[in-house]
Amino acid sequence: MIEIRGLHKYFGALHVLRGIDLDVPKGEVLSVIGASGSGKSTLLYCINGLEPIQKGAIRVDGTDVHAKGTNLNKLRQRMGMVFQQWNSFPHLTALENVALAPRIVKGKSRAEAREIAAYQLQHVGLGDKLNAYPNALSGGQQQRLAIARALAMEPDYMLFDEATSALDPELVGEVLDTMRVLAEEGMTMICVTHEMGFARDVSDRVAYFHEGVIAEIGPPTQIFGAPRSELTRKFLAKVR
Amino acid sequence: MFDYNFHWRPVFKSVPDLLDAGLLTLQVAILSMLIGIVIGLGLAVIRMNMRGPLYWFATSWVELARNTPALFQLFFFGFGLGAFGLHLTPYTIVLAGLSFNCAGYLAENFRGGFQAVPDTQRRAGLSLGMTSWQVYTRILIPQVFRIVYHPLTNQLVWAVLMSSLGMLVGFRELSGETQFFASRTYRIFEYFAVTAVIYYVLVKLILLASRLLAVRLFRY
Repeated sequence: MIEIRGLHKYFGALHVLRGIDLDVPKGEVLSVIGASGSGKSTLLYCINGLEPIQKGAIRVDGTDVHAKGTNLNKLRQRMGMVFQQWNSFPHLTALENVALAPRIVKGKSRAEAREIAAYQLQHVGLGDKLNAYPNALSGGQQQRLAIARALAMEPDYMLFDEATSALDPELVGEVLDTMRVLAEEGMTMICVTHEMGFARDVSDRVAYFHEGVIAEIGPPTQIFGAPRSELTRKFLAKVR
Repeated sequence: MFDYNFHWRPVFKSVPDLLDAGLLTLQVAILSMLIGIVIGLGLAVIRMNMRGPLYWFATSWVELARNTPALFQLFFFGFGLGAFGLHLTPYTIVLAGLSFNCAGYLAENFRGGFQAVPDTQRRAGLSLGMTSWQVYTRILIPQVFRIVYHPLTNQLVWAVLMSSLGMLVGFRELSGETQFFASRTYRIFEYFAVTAVIYYVLVKLILLASRLLAVRLFRY
């Protein structure tokens, strides 16, 4: 379970997150929507400790992410992250990309790591690309590679930071399909997304971010069917 | 108007000695490159990530290495340290001087290389639970090496050619050996002409090896 309490985050004078309270229980798929600059991605970076916070607390399964003495490397192994820019490691093949962290972080044997990697690549539909270098893969394939790489660490949580927004339109579907599969398998996911269809169909809850606060959160039927906040209504009217 | 008589025989007789000295040149150049790479990486990482005394130490190193004549740097390790009673062998003087110089130049190459790797690569590595050390050694440095590969080759060529300064601190590498023979036989032009050819071939071999190695290393 991810618990966020009274979270504030500043970039210099810029107050990006202005008091976030949020619980994400195991097994939930939460979509985070909202305009660019509303703090959605920053929230993900704070959750896995890539960005420091100025006030409040984030606990993952009881561990305070930003407490002194928290082993972030250990913690991050439980939280896979997929970024907007598909950042596969260009100097490694698909298989090596996925096998690297299980081997050097988790200490698996080379053979075992490669087995895990092959399995996860199959899982995201790249079973025929094991020995391809990223530059021979399309954007969508690279993003699925990034998902497989995160999954190979057997995380309890997956954080998606606009995983499809840098992709060509025709490649978005394959990545969303992969994310759908994960959701169906019961993975706990926080998906920052601009894909309203995905948010509506796949998530258990949808959070609408507005200027650093959660303006509204609820099941997709509420957010997309009968939003209670005027802000949500205005935003959805614009993106539809 | 041109009454110089060429005498090539003594030169040809000492070609085996010159080739041996060429190997010594190559050895000291390669060693100083290896030392320079390790130190240069360290200097680059310090300059990018740290503040305070370490930053100033690294920056001074880079500034001195790049903005003073390489010959002065050799003289520092030779006569400079000698003045303080620390007497190094000619080999050590040249190795230390070249390493100092290479490290300074390479540090700047590496810094440019690191800046050319998107920061998202670092974040991706961290998000997988890697330590900073693992991110550097497994993700960033391999990419940096590809980016600076050709500058690195240039630096090795530079080191080979620059090692000829060793002759001025009594080191009998290729130039020192040539100077030694030339002054004994007075066939100065012939000796240095042959040595120039040896340098040329040496550099061409390095470039060829570098090209072959690149094919083997960079399959992406």
